[in-house]
Amino acid sequence: MQLTTKQRTKVDWFLTILRVIALVVICAGFAAFVAQMIDSQNPFARWANPDAINLTGEQFQGLVVTGLAQGAMYGLIALGYSMVYGVLGFINFAHGEVFMVGAMTGAVTSSKLAEAGYWESSFVLCLVLVVVLSMVVCTVTAVLMERVAYRPLRGKPRLIPLITSIGVSFFLQNSVLALLGSTVKSYPDLPDWLTDKRTFLEIQGSKILVVVVAALAMAGLWYLVEKTKTGKAMRAVAEDAEIASLMGIDVNRIIVKTFAVGGAMAGVAGILWGLLFRSVIHTTGFLPGIKAFSSAVVGGIGNLGGSMAGGLTIGVAESLGPLMILEPLGVSGPSQLRDAVAFAVLIIVLLVRPSGIFGERLPPEERT
Amino acid sequence: MTAAGDFPASQDAAPAAAPRRRLLEQDWRKLLRASAILAIAQVFIGLSGMPVSFDRRLLIDPILSLGYLSLLWLPLAVSYWVGREQVLEGMTAYARGGRDVLAGAITGAVGNAGLTLLVVGITHFDIRDPLVNWSPQLLGILEFEESVWLGALIWPAIGAGVGALGGGMHWASSRITRTTVIVLLSVFGTAVLESVITDLSQGFHIEAVSDWLYGPKRGLTYPAAIVVAAAAAAIAGGIAAYRAFLARTASTSGQLGIAASGETSANRVRWRRIPVRRLVGFALSAAAIVVLPLFLGRLTNELLANVGLFILLALGLNIIVGLAGILDLGYVAFFAVGGYSVAVLTSPGSPRFDLEIPWFGALFAAMLLAGLAGLLIGAPVIRMRGDYLAIVTLGFGEIIRVLLLSDWLSGTFNGAQGITNIPGVEVFGLATVRGFEPRSVLYLVLVFCAIAVYVSWRLENSRIGRAWMAIREDESVAEAMGVDTVSAKLMAFVTGAVLGSFSGAILSAKVGSVFPHSFAIIVSIVILVVVIFGGMGSIAGVIAGAAVLIGVLGGPNQPGLLQEFAEYKILIYGALLVWMMLQRSEGLIPSVRRARELHLDEMNQDAWLRAQVAADDAGGGGGGDRSEGEQP
Amino acid sequence: MSRYIMNRISQKGRRFSPYFVALLAVLSLLAAGCGNDDDPQPAAPEQTSTPEAPPPAPTEDPRGDALGDGSLGIVTVASGESVQIRSLNAISGPVAFLGLPNQRAVELAIADYGDVHGFSVDLGTPLDDLCSSEGGQAAAQTIVADEQVIGVIGTSCSGAAVAAAPLVTEAGMVMISPSNTSPALTSDFQGNAGESWSVGYYRTAHNDLIQGAAMANFLFGELGVDNAAAIHDGDPYTQGLALAFQNAFEELGGSVSGVTGINKGDTDMVPALTEVAAFSPGALFFPIFQPEGDFIAAQAPTVSGLEDAYLLAADGLLVDDFLALSDSEGMHFSGPDVRFGANVNQSTGQNADQILAAYDQAHGEPPSAPFWGHAYDAATLLLDAIAAASWVEDGDLRIDRAGVRQHLNSVSGYSGITGTLSCDDFGDCASQKITVISHESSDDIEASKNNVVYSYP
Repeated sequence: MQLTTKQRTKVDWFLTILRVIALVVICAGFAAFVAQMIDSQNPFARWANPDAINLTGEQFQGLVVTGLAQGAMYGLIALGYSMVYGVLGFINFAHGEVFMVGAMTGAVTSSKLAEAGYWESSFVLCLVLVVVLSMVVCTVTAVLMERVAYRPLRGKPRLIPLITSIGVSFFLQNSVLALLGSTVKSYPDLPDWLTDKRTFLEIQGSKILVVVVAALAMAGLWYLVEKTKTGKAMRAVAEDAEIASLMGIDVNRIIVKTFAVGGAMAGVAGILWGLLFRSVIHTTGFLPGIKAFSSAVVGGIGNLGGSMAGGLTIGVAESLGPLMILEPLGVSGPSQLRDAVAFAVLIIVLLVRPSGIFGERLPPEERT
Repeated sequence: MTAAGDFPASQDAAPAAAPRRRLLEQDWRKLLRASAILAIAQVFIGLSGMPVSFDRRLLIDPILSLGYLSLLWLPLAVSYWVGREQVLEGMTAYARGGRDVLAGAITGAVGNAGLTLLVVGITHFDIRDPLVNWSPQLLGILEFEESVWLGALIWPAIGAGVGALGGGMHWASSRITRTTVIVLLSVFGTAVLESVITDLSQGFHIEAVSDWLYGPKRGLTYPAAIVVAAAAAAIAGGIAAYRAFLARTASTSGQLGIAASGETSANRVRWRRIPVRRLVGFALSAAAIVVLPLFLGRLTNELLANVGLFILLALGLNIIVGLAGILDLGYVAFFAVGGYSVAVLTSPGSPRFDLEIPWFGALFAAMLLAGLAGLLIGAPVIRMRGDYLAIVTLGFGEIIRVLLLSDWLSGTFNGAQGITNIPGVEVFGLATVRGFEPRSVLYLVLVFCAIAVYVSWRLENSRIGRAWMAIREDESVAEAMGVDTVSAKLMAFVTGAVLGSFSGAILSAKVGSVFPHSFAIIVSIVILVVVIFGGMGSIAGVIAGAAVLIGVLGGPNQPGLLQEFAEYKILIYGALLVWMMLQRSEGLIPSVRRARELHLDEMNQDAWLRAQVAADDAGGGGGGDRSEGEQP
Repeated sequence: MSRYIMNRISQKGRRFSPYFVALLAVLSLLAAGCGNDDDPQPAAPEQTSTPEAPPPAPTEDPRGDALGDGSLGIVTVASGESVQIRSLNAISGPVAFLGLPNQRAVELAIADYGDVHGFSVDLGTPLDDLCSSEGGQAAAQTIVADEQVIGVIGTSCSGAAVAAAPLVTEAGMVMISPSNTSPALTSDFQGNAGESWSVGYYRTAHNDLIQGAAMANFLFGELGVDNAAAIHDGDPYTQGLALAFQNAFEELGGSVSGVTGINKGDTDMVPALTEVAAFSPGALFFPIFQPEGDFIAAQAPTVSGLEDAYLLAADGLLVDDFLALSDSEGMHFSGPDVRFGANVNQSTGQNADQILAAYDQAHGEPPSAPFWGHAYDAATLLLDAIAAASWVEDGDLRIDRAGVRQHLNSVSGYSGITGTLSCDDFGDCASQKITVISHESSDDIEASKNNVVYSYP
């Protein structure tokens, strides 16, 4: 995108106008929010929204915390997108469904364990078992997916595997529907130490758990990619697959490993999802999957730290955005527009910084 | 299915003495793998509940229901697949024979043993908790409502039989194979098309035909099935004989064939270059399309009207995806803009405006708004990478649906309650088109389809069309050649958007109400599947794709001929999309140019192989490593 | 737009127009011509023997006292044939749990009812409304294509009825829905027809307005809450119910300070809950479905400002999977009165227990939604109406379509499984009895279902 060498066309002016509008809306909304937080009766807040009310500190904190927890999960899923994109250069649209398969596996096994009575008696052991099982199932799903649907398409125009992955996504989602039915699968009750609000800032234990596990997974992944031989090979393949294979790297194996690691991350995310929200259905993976991909793009695709940061950005934005930007501007029922906010963040980020907030890391021929 | 082996090289390979292989000289690993895949797939089909829920639908009255068919087709396909061998230059082409039949039979039998396991499993364990279809009903179907032993033993036997047939298709001459496929397809087709054929025979007052064809509980009757099969075989034989005759005359009269093929690939198709025969054919089929609805009943007209709506949508998306190569996953947005513009402007129940302007006026507004939406959505995304663009357009589609649904804008769009009481279309005071009379809707849809086909066809062969295709093939090269890529892509968005809005506008008038949930993401995906299945960039392909998929399986909210598929529609669409991409990415009826692009590598490789063979006559050794990428 | 495009368009305009306009004109003329050929009243049935009311015959009239004036046509069922009615319910997809029991109950009702004047009753292939207006329209076309059909039991979803009811009723048939609740399909009880009302449409399900009023009265009168909030999920049903509740509650003198929506597929409900929590409501009414209902029930107590609010839901969440969650303990649910107890359907003489036993025997499971009783009553009402509007003449059964409507319009004090049914001028026939239950323990769901704490009216 070399605007410097090319003269600005009308489209560019139009985009500039869009950028300005987005900025103005955000600033105005935020200003109105600040105004109504100071005093919901002040004239500016009244003018922006006649029904202005202010949030209490606790409510605000609650929003930030759930936004972070949700965002951490987006981030975990986004890691899978980002890794595959880095290595193969295409969006694995079906990755969100792998995450759903993980959450489903967890729901089925944990409710079986609860039936047998183990869930309450030895919760931590059961949780470990469920996590491991879910990771295994997700890894197998991801690897199979690569073998069946993507490997034969290597080297085709990049839209072809993307379209294939859309098909895989709907196939997986509806297979789970056909096999397990459309009823909601619930996780059994969690022990009190996870559901109660902790003394630490009055945050629910499960939310702390999510953030902690996401951080651990992130660290593990960073170690894998940066410090191990496999990681080195992955980076080499991402940089240039052909040269990597000349250097004696088995490209196929590295790609399989990439999918496996991404799948395992999705498995972990699935269980965390189950612990946090406790109910899973076959469509659970679709929207979070798309939002996770958006996170990866927002953070800068191919950039693992960026993915996590992008996830947190989207999570917090869709949690805070409706009440901080839209509600002060007088939009009624702003929570309905949450998805719109998430996608708007994606669009605005791409408008302002096409390579994501933290910059993308891609092989040379992918950079445009 | 059969197209997979179309390697030009295979035709002129190994003319005379093809070596034979012994009966047990099998590729056991391949057989084992195929059987395992088959077993897993059969168990999956069983547990997905298809046999049970399709069992209500009889295809051939007492003997075959759709439920059993769902368990029969896969052994045939897999055992055919297992016998497939690509013969490249320099490889030995073996003679086909009993060995292939045996391979098919083994695959079918071992694979179907999966169902045996399922029967035994269901009788002994109860895991209905996670697997909802682990049910007595499934068991009943698997054991033919008889005993467990029968159920356990009969499936491998059936698998062996069907598998032998599948494997044998390699042995039999291509003519027999083709005839068999035609016979099977036409019996299946006649059974599936039951309501259309009944409807047609009522229209022509020959109810006796459909009464004889179909039993009282739906499904072909036994004798009717045999007659249909015989008729199909006769017709297939006739066509084959005619083709052989044509081939003989062509080879004697010399270069005619080459001249004809040269013409189709001409870049510019102009009116005067179209041969008279084609023109007559076109006129005849157009006349048929215009007259036929008069003889069709409500049901078929309704079905065709729905198909037509999707043809319109698919033609619009075809311009964006097929011609310009922009993967737009939010195409439903334009459908929604068309639908809601008409609803808001024409309905007396529209909350904000009380305009009640006539439909054609509203259509004009819808076109304008859709074009504007195309610009608005297009402008920010056209510079993005293809896959970012996909997600962002998907996001735009969602944003529009969420806005239509929102309480915030419910003052204009009435939120979740939708807009109702949308009047029909007054055609210049001559007639009224409304959903009550599907025939009138069908005519309206046909008019717009004709417009869309004409526009697509003219655009494809225009300067902008070539610009689009240049962008699709390589954007930077196109830009370097002086194509204004930004304008061309925007133009694609706008044209596609306007065509999509036609469909939405007709939908509003047809259904008489619009609800936001009619414009969900899945609609975009279904349209995409239609375009891809039919053939990206190919007008005929897109129309055929819509007719087959929407007509038979049904759209996201529209029932098709096989209403039993409702639960599995999206599953099948997903699988079809993957299969299409893997096996035949150019689609059902490929556009010539697009197919060439997709198979560029293969063609280059072919040329390379030929050159190699020509270079060293003994040949063969050079072909091996390079062709690796081609093995599926 | 660039000059390039402009050029293209203007060029196009020149080369395009002759063909384009000619094609358009020819095809639209054709369409118009064909449209004209169409029978302007496709519904006018061919069997109409006498368009006017039959002249009063002093001698014996084969009609006897059968209702109707023949104005909508008379259907002749030849001897040996069956009386045709249809079932149009959501039987696939995520709402199948709602529609399937309806269809099965109709089947049971037909079996229990027996023959009409010696003629058997045929339900044909069960039709699917796909819970959408397009699906409803397509299925309705299938129904009206068969001119022998007298009436339809359906649809399951109000959105489908909006498109299906006008088609079916214009063909002279009647439509009785067991589970549509939208006020737009009938009336607001003030004498104003809803905007999607059509003559010939009836329903045995309650009107949303009643359920909204029931919840409002319970909350205001019984629990003493005067500040409430409501959340819907963008489904026409839940949005309509939330609105009905809001109106009723405000009429009582309470205030509904926060009404907001979420989206299907949302999981993090904290923002929506925070939005309504800002008004510190004493109660939160969320008449939505699973799984979003699960998330609200679980997350509401964690949101500051909602810790002590009453949580209330409607029949959409009155399902076993939800009641089995510990988060749902302490909630209240409104819904149609399902304590059918000893109610007897006067046409078949069956009571709820007998029907449930037959249902279980036929399908191996209890009904998955509470509207089976409404469907059963709808079917017997329809069959009663057919019996009242038909007579045997020359061995054939003649059914007067107008008579069927006449009978349904005059239904009053009909004893059905769901209570006493009476049809008003706009087709609302339900007993309109709503109860509120209090859910105490997720371990004993049946006890909760019978724990009625309030009933309305």
